[in-house]
Amino acid sequence: MEVKKYILPTAILCLGLLLPQLLDFFGLQYLLSLATRALIYGLAASSLNLILGYGGLVSLGHAVFMGIGGYTAGILLYHIQAGSRILGLLLPGSFWNSALIAWPLAIVLAALFALVTGLISLRTRGMHFIMITLAFAQMVYFFFTSLDAYGGSDGISLYGRNTLPGLDLDNDQVFYYLCLVILLIVLFLMHRILQARFGRAFIAGRENIVRLQALGIAPLGYQLSAYCLSGAVAGLAGALLVNQGEFVSPDILHWTRSGELMVMVLVGGMARLFGPVLGAVVLLFLEEYLAMYTDHWMVIFGPFLILVVLFGRSGLYGLLFEKGERS
Amino acid sequence: MLVLNDIKSRYGRARVLHGISLHVGAGEMVALMGRNGMGKSTLMRSIIGLTPPAHGSITFAGRAIHTLPPYKIARLGIGYVPENREIFPSLTVRENMETVAADYGRVMDPYTPERVFSIFPRLRERHDHRGNELSGGEQQMLAIGRALVINPLLLLLDEATEGLAPILCEEIWQGLALLKKRSMAILMADRNIDAMLAISDRCLILEKGRVVWQAEKPFSAFTDKVRCRYLGV
Repeated sequence: MEVKKYILPTAILCLGLLLPQLLDFFGLQYLLSLATRALIYGLAASSLNLILGYGGLVSLGHAVFMGIGGYTAGILLYHIQAGSRILGLLLPGSFWNSALIAWPLAIVLAALFALVTGLISLRTRGMHFIMITLAFAQMVYFFFTSLDAYGGSDGISLYGRNTLPGLDLDNDQVFYYLCLVILLIVLFLMHRILQARFGRAFIAGRENIVRLQALGIAPLGYQLSAYCLSGAVAGLAGALLVNQGEFVSPDILHWTRSGELMVMVLVGGMARLFGPVLGAVVLLFLEEYLAMYTDHWMVIFGPFLILVVLFGRSGLYGLLFEKGERS
Repeated sequence: MLVLNDIKSRYGRARVLHGISLHVGAGEMVALMGRNGMGKSTLMRSIIGLTPPAHGSITFAGRAIHTLPPYKIARLGIGYVPENREIFPSLTVRENMETVAADYGRVMDPYTPERVFSIFPRLRERHDHRGNELSGGEQQMLAIGRALVINPLLLLLDEATEGLAPILCEEIWQGLALLKKRSMAILMADRNIDAMLAISDRCLILEKGRVVWQAEKPFSAFTDKVRCRYLGV
């Protein structure tokens, strides 16, 4: 029984590790970038799952953190590749081109934005929280669409990715593995945090915030920390996505992106560690394949989404892996 | 220790409490009685800050608490066990307690989840079960245990034995008697009047948001006539 529990996860991990080779073998290399994007969106959806699934904070503006992370990496790359000044400074490319600088910067800026907006939006609940997160995201969206220096609504194309010592990030296989490792590390850390007292208090806040307060715990600190953490991870996902596609535009933080992240969480499984990754994989591959047959692929995907949400309260993850385990 | 002075509380425009004054001394057990809808639960909610009083003052250990948010009131040493238990459903029995455990009352020998298990052995058997897998009685024990591990000086118990099988009630009364012996101050409302009075030092009867009758141990004044007049039983 115990062994049986580990067979499927091990198989999936092996599939993830061997995917580039398998795609090579079957001559399907073009799917590698899709798989990489699925991992990155899985990372972003997992960050949303932290606050939405475990914390009950329904944010409809989560893509804004991807956008801030993505634009941070994108703008740095753009200036270094063009050899132009940023805020009047000429940055030495060898240093600022490094992923070890650009990505942490993307994480920090996204977390800072989460801190400021979280302080305001976490004072509200439910519908108001949804609307205020959406409003912040749209503000940033329109800021970037009107930012002509960086292409406005057309965005900017980049020539190459950040560099990382010892790794050739321009190699798609290397980049795939890097995304996989980052995703696994983040999921592991998220698991540890949720098991700790901090995570338990955060979950208890979702289940009964009034009760938690009457027991001497002020939920705002927990929620704000989780919100920043979530924003930071989404910021990293944004930086990865921009590197992967070598392109950044305001589209990355449009509110429909936030909606997609939410759909990934719902389809995959709310408050399930691997749910959002599953949701991201299913959504991106379905989109890819359904779009081959019809432009109106949403007509097929819509009913699918409704069925999953109706019959699997914990999403596809619950349907596939939790047969009668827990309600 | 707890002093209420002329407390008036309301839900929106509906006035529920019309000027209640009472006190609970250190280590004292006070029974709150009255028919349904007379303001017992509202009184407790007002003390813990969930329904802040519109008028009057509440002091606890010399500090005014009626303007504080619930978490600050709890941290001063007041534990509250609500009427409908409100266990965190996806946390285990142990996690329900460990998540909030603290020593707010700065007591000599603080309650830990382990010590709660020794008061309610049934919880130990169920320690890794989730809140939503517990029976009503187990949930009630956990609700009390969860209020104990924040180590309050005063415990507010709202209908601790409501809807429980007699055998479970007995376990809870034994647990409460033990707490009283360890000089925890308790303000409680319960339908099992006789069991409650057996361990109480004083009793109050609320009617339409006012204290209309009170007595001290051994409650010789609490005759069948009083019972019939105010409680209708």
